[in-house]
Amino acid sequence: MLISRVAKLGACLAKHLPTRNYAAMSRLPYIQRTTNHHMQPPLSFTKLYNGPMIKKHNLFSTVTANNTSEEGSEQKEAISVTFVDKDGEENHIKVPIGMSMLEAAHENDIELEGACEGSLACSTCHVIVMDVEYYNKLEDATDEENDMLDLAFGLSETSRLGCQVIAKPELDGIRLAIPAATRNFAVDGYVPKPH
Amino acid sequence: MQKMAIWKAKQWLSRSFSSMPSNPLRVCVVGSGPAGFYTAEKMLKVQQQAQVDIIDRLPTPFGLVRSGVAPDHPETKIVINQFSRVAQHERCSFFGTVTLGSSISLSELRELYHVVVLAYGAESDRSLGIPGENLKGIHSAREFVWWYNGHPDGRNLDPDLKSTDTAVILGQGNVALDVARILLRPTTELATTDIASHALSALEESSIRKVYLVGRRGPAQAACTAKELREILGLRNLDISIQEPDLILTPDVEEGLTSNRIQRRVYELLSKAATSRPKNDAGLSKRQLHFVFFRKPDSFIESKDRHGHASGVYFEKTVLKGVGPGKQIAIGTGEFEVINCGLVLKSIGYKSIPVDGLPFDHKKGIVPNDRGRVLSDTSGDSILEEGLYVCGWLKRGPTGIVATNLHCAEETVSSISEDLEKGVLSSSSPKPGRDGLLQLLNDRNVRVVSFSDWEKIDSEERKLGSSRNKPREKLATWDELQKYTL
Repeated sequence: MLISRVAKLGACLAKHLPTRNYAAMSRLPYIQRTTNHHMQPPLSFTKLYNGPMIKKHNLFSTVTANNTSEEGSEQKEAISVTFVDKDGEENHIKVPIGMSMLEAAHENDIELEGACEGSLACSTCHVIVMDVEYYNKLEDATDEENDMLDLAFGLSETSRLGCQVIAKPELDGIRLAIPAATRNFAVDGYVPKPH
Repeated sequence: MQKMAIWKAKQWLSRSFSSMPSNPLRVCVVGSGPAGFYTAEKMLKVQQQAQVDIIDRLPTPFGLVRSGVAPDHPETKIVINQFSRVAQHERCSFFGTVTLGSSISLSELRELYHVVVLAYGAESDRSLGIPGENLKGIHSAREFVWWYNGHPDGRNLDPDLKSTDTAVILGQGNVALDVARILLRPTTELATTDIASHALSALEESSIRKVYLVGRRGPAQAACTAKELREILGLRNLDISIQEPDLILTPDVEEGLTSNRIQRRVYELLSKAATSRPKNDAGLSKRQLHFVFFRKPDSFIESKDRHGHASGVYFEKTVLKGVGPGKQIAIGTGEFEVINCGLVLKSIGYKSIPVDGLPFDHKKGIVPNDRGRVLSDTSGDSILEEGLYVCGWLKRGPTGIVATNLHCAEETVSSISEDLEKGVLSSSSPKPGRDGLLQLLNDRNVRVVSFSDWEKIDSEERKLGSSRNKPREKLATWDELQKYTL
């Protein structure tokens, strides 16, 4: 729990760092999470962020808060997201602004596959936005995302890839369903195509 | 050497004893491609008492992610990270250079393990069965893919790319698009991928400038996906040719497209490409890609100058015939046409090969199964083969993407769990599992490649690659692969 909280903080802070560091920083929690997912001994936090880095984080956290208030923005630093898993069970989590739903799911031990680790080369992090209003608040999917969605199981009118849905204030309260893949299994790719 | 193997075996054993329940469920997965690894992953998660061994005939894991996925698609290979974590799981082991059917028989494997899941895919090809198919210059796309991907069994293919300027690819699926792209892409762009060096050299000297992608049916039935199509349509220095009349749809086909998102988007991309004017940046080395629809291969033509070599393909024109809602087949019209070429790649589908003692449906090319449970024959009231399961291409035929296997594995693993709960499958009597397998292989002098041996190959390949500005330089012969695991 502590690890998850601190990691979340790390990712949140990362976006306030110069851009060139962003990718590297925000990547770490994800890698750590997926490792845990496979029941290996969890890497200690200090292995991922060395000592000085942690201190830096703590310093930065106050800076972050100040920055936000200085900008006079009422924006929240994290939004509420609900994941509804294959069995209909709900997971309520907080997602820092700027973080993808794929990363957020992995940080919170929510089972969302991510075969290509967010590089837009697979369809395994497919989620269904449960309310059309929220779906309409998202940027339109790019051709590349749509190409991948073509191959997603249980595709719906409000399907997106979790790696392409990035937390922003308007999405506070969004509900995302993880499709029950096996239900649709026989529909697609099952019968060998005649040539 | 043998001492070393025994020592390693003991290590595995002690490791497993320390973390295993006293009577684990012994599971063996045959094949370490996506179907095999996803099965192992789901199995480890769902059955906490399961000990999973993955065997493969190659010393290298990951199946088609390594030897099928095109070298210019590195993102698709990222899933190897996930599979590596599975292989390193404390209840999982990888044993390479173990061949089902020669190192060990299926019945022996079923004696050793409670559960055997066959996920060894499809390592052969469908054939056209038309005259001239054995002429030189005609290869299956699978062989060509293995060749450029450094599969040790593809090393000797040595396709002749220098005696002709034209290649015909039969089929319009994603594999067909992959091989077309490799033939047409500027080699400077391939040079920084993990393409096998022998293939890169051959492609650098290639004289092929014109590629025909030929399908029996029309642009609304093409088997490729939008991603692959978009990619090839956007290649640098390439002219695309599509006959506009081919794009005309019958009302029946048009109706079908509205409910098929993949085919609709593929059709739209092809239409757009057909109507957009070729870019006027033509250089002398400009290459051409021709999409040819409604042509069925009738026979291959032998060259007059080069005995035994193909010099072209004889095609029969076709029209569509509806055979059900949204389904059309190609029917020959009796009108013929020749495309001259010196290289033919048949991309008409892979084929699975059965092993001794395995029920097999030769017509469908799969193992008869009920949601992954192997059935003793294909008739209606067939009985279950206890403890024997299938996943991946062997289960459902050679279609789909890497992620298809995720759902396929979920289904097979849930069948196994159901069978355990119902008592159809019993794990109460202990089985030798890994211990017995290693003993038997040791008795037969089969040298097993472990996952840490693979890591030696992996690090050598990365090292070789980094000096050539490639992510890796694949060791592409059996000798080289064996050398680095010693």
